[in-house]
Amino acid sequence: MVSDFLMRAGLAGIGVALVAAPLGCFVVWRRMAYFGDTMAHSALLGAAAAIVFDVDAVVGVFAVAVLVALALLALERRGGLATDTLLGLLSHSALAIGLVVIGLMVGLRLDLLGYLFGDILAVSDLDLAVIFTGGGAVAIALALIWRPLLAATVAPDVAAAEGLHPQRARLAFMLMLAAVIAIAMKIVGILLITALLIIPAAAARRFAATPETMALMAAGIGALAVVTGLAAAVQADTPAGPTIVVAALSLFLAGLLLPGRREARP
Amino acid sequence: METTALPRPETTPDDPLAACSGVGVRRGGTWLIEGIDLTIRRREIVTLIGPNGSGKSTTAKVLLGLIRPDTGTVTRAPGLRIGYVPQRLHIDDSLPFSVARLMTVTGPAAAAEIDRALARTGIAHLKNAPVQHLSGGEFQRALMARAIVRKPDLMVLDEPVQGVDFAGEVALYELIRGIRDELSCGVLLISHDLHFVMAETDRVLCLNRHVCCAGTPRSVAADPQYRRLFGPRAVEALAVYRHDHDHGHGPGGEVLPLADGAHSQGDGAVCRMDHVNPPLLHPHTHGGGRHGE
Repeated sequence: MVSDFLMRAGLAGIGVALVAAPLGCFVVWRRMAYFGDTMAHSALLGAAAAIVFDVDAVVGVFAVAVLVALALLALERRGGLATDTLLGLLSHSALAIGLVVIGLMVGLRLDLLGYLFGDILAVSDLDLAVIFTGGGAVAIALALIWRPLLAATVAPDVAAAEGLHPQRARLAFMLMLAAVIAIAMKIVGILLITALLIIPAAAARRFAATPETMALMAAGIGALAVVTGLAAAVQADTPAGPTIVVAALSLFLAGLLLPGRREARP
Repeated sequence: METTALPRPETTPDDPLAACSGVGVRRGGTWLIEGIDLTIRRREIVTLIGPNGSGKSTTAKVLLGLIRPDTGTVTRAPGLRIGYVPQRLHIDDSLPFSVARLMTVTGPAAAAEIDRALARTGIAHLKNAPVQHLSGGEFQRALMARAIVRKPDLMVLDEPVQGVDFAGEVALYELIRGIRDELSCGVLLISHDLHFVMAETDRVLCLNRHVCCAGTPRSVAADPQYRRLFGPRAVEALAVYRHDHDHGHGPGGEVLPLADGAHSQGDGAVCRMDHVNPPLLHPHTHGGGRHGE
């Protein structure tokens, strides 16, 4: 019989993977991997802020991730520096400020490694409830804005000309990304969240014929990576979060060995 | 025709579908365009021509609502359904996206409509091909088909003949005319190709940051402003493609009578193209008799 904490860990990981992977497809399609990383790196600052303001860590992480994304948009609008420079600036600054703030909190015993690499085996019933309500909300929102968001990804000008409001879809996407980062932090930690977003999507690419099937396949691959990674971590007594990421990578590599979808070409 | 079942904007035929008046766009201290007046009505074909950087695309983007003008006003009929064929579009390789999927990217469409639009643009055989595998010309046609599938009230085409050879250009204009006739839509066409303007064009606006001259293709060609802007050789070269509307061509090039009573325009235009039976973009794109159903 699987123990309670393992059961909770598995359910939490699967819940996060199911919503992170489809969202991660958009991160891949929109070439926003570094953007996701930047938002994730701000999570430590968010966790520190949550302690200062005495709110749940998920709330603090979400709020700070949104602020960082808005800061990026504002800096981009000013012009003068390339987006990847701004992302690097924000990403590392947010991480550094988070570490400094935590260092300033005298007498605070914070499980820094837990934040950085996740603590999936310590998932509580409350965490599980947060993951499934938050993740469920994001999944529903993603389904609702699927067409405008995909149109905004493929052809922003056409989407705007034909009345699909791509800016709104983009803003909603950013909020969803912040929400997923907030709930995924506990599972793989802030340094590895991006892996959960993009590796399943990357693994699914070769086998998918449509964006929709790619998102579903990615969700399946993500969930499989959580289950196999968790099992391997327990077996080999390795850190769970990184082992899940290694499992996802293994699935990606295994996929390279399989024959991909034959693509029609006259 | 199934197009009549579509909800249309609450306009009488003569109300403008879209218009801009006194529109100016300023970027970094210089005016990209200034004082542009432009109106498009149903069934009208308006062509914007002008050299590179003359503000053709900017004007179209203002009309489409993609750029907010710094001066002037833009109006679009309420509920106006737009079909936009952009000049270029990049779809990332990481996105599995077939030509068929492209057809419904901004709205749903019936499978039969998709097949028909792909056949009209001559790319039916590419239906399941990933868009990233298409050549420039094929992709351009896929973008056209996508706009057709929408059955727009106003179709905006930004340099659709880019990279298309002369014969392909003729066939493309045939196709645009056919779509206009079938959907009764307005068409805004952007062309950098000064040498060749579609005769069905009701109005040509010659842009050089402002409207330097406007009118029928013939009157623009004769306009001294046009001569000044593009030089006397451009006038010599300006050919207005005119299709004789008393017949169409079958797939094999045979002459077919046209069912509709379309009338000829632009007689005596500076025209070297009268009655040419052009080599085809694709056999299925040509011939009013075949696609007029």
